Amino acid sequence: MRVATVDRVKPRRLPGVDGVWVAIGADSVIFAILFGSFMQARQQDPTVFEASRHTLNMNLGGIDTLILLTSSWSVALAIQALKRGLVDRVPRYLLGGVLTGLMFMVSKSIEYFQKFAAGIRPATNDFYMWYFTLTGIHLLHVVFGTSLLTYLWINSRRGAYSSSNRVVPECVASYWHLVDLLWVVIFPLLYLQKAI
Amino acid sequence: MSVLRERVTRVWLGLMVLTCVTTWGLSKDLFSPAVAVVGIFVIAAVKVRYVMLDFMELRDAPKRVRVAFEAWPFGVAAMILGFWFATGPIL
Repeated sequence: MRVATVDRVKPRRLPGVDGVWVAIGADSVIFAILFGSFMQARQQDPTVFEASRHTLNMNLGGIDTLILLTSSWSVALAIQALKRGLVDRVPRYLLGGVLTGLMFMVSKSIEYFQKFAAGIRPATNDFYMWYFTLTGIHLLHVVFGTSLLTYLWINSRRGAYSSSNRVVPECVASYWHLVDLLWVVIFPLLYLQKAI
Repeated sequence: MSVLRERVTRVWLGLMVLTCVTTWGLSKDLFSPAVAVVGIFVIAAVKVRYVMLDFMELRDAPKRVRVAFEAWPFGVAAMILGFWFATGPIL
């Protein structure tokens, strides 16, 4: 007797809706262009860029990276819990994402305050113009993402999402991971890039 | 669902360790600038890849989308390193 076997292939899918991925892709390309423009500006005056880089708080930048990675992990756990129908766990994981997003904002505020207290402004030189531009645009992404996560957290406490109703949480989570991965590149670009 | 057994938890731990290696290891003066900078950006590209595959769930995405997104971190790292090596020494 011949037994027919069927391969159980997991269907390939993108979380959320396709439009969010178009936005994520476009944002990634824009940031890649900004990174290239930064490197081009650095090429013109590596001495000023290197001296200015040394005034940045590398420890705070490293801690910011650990905060955002933890935030992303917490939000990824929320989506995993949602998929498995463990909806009671979702609010606590989303709250973890919100709180770590707020921690990042506080950390960045401290850093900006220190720079302004030292008399450093975007107009001080090209490096600081890029530092405030890249970290500022990224911070706006963090503020927007934390607001969206707060919205999800409030709704999840009311049981608004389930394993069959998770499109909105998946869209927000995908955006939040983009915020994380952009910082993973911005941090070494500005803080760790030694000169020859 | 045990958090400790989740793949995303193992990935998160790996990303945390790699961040500590670059921030408080490779950035020190123990290595030549070229070794440090190449190491830092290769590790950054690897970290971004894992964020994409496991946090963003692109591991299960349609192949063309996955390839396009996976190309981003390595393309960006290659561009940055290209500029870095093309830049002269500081005075």
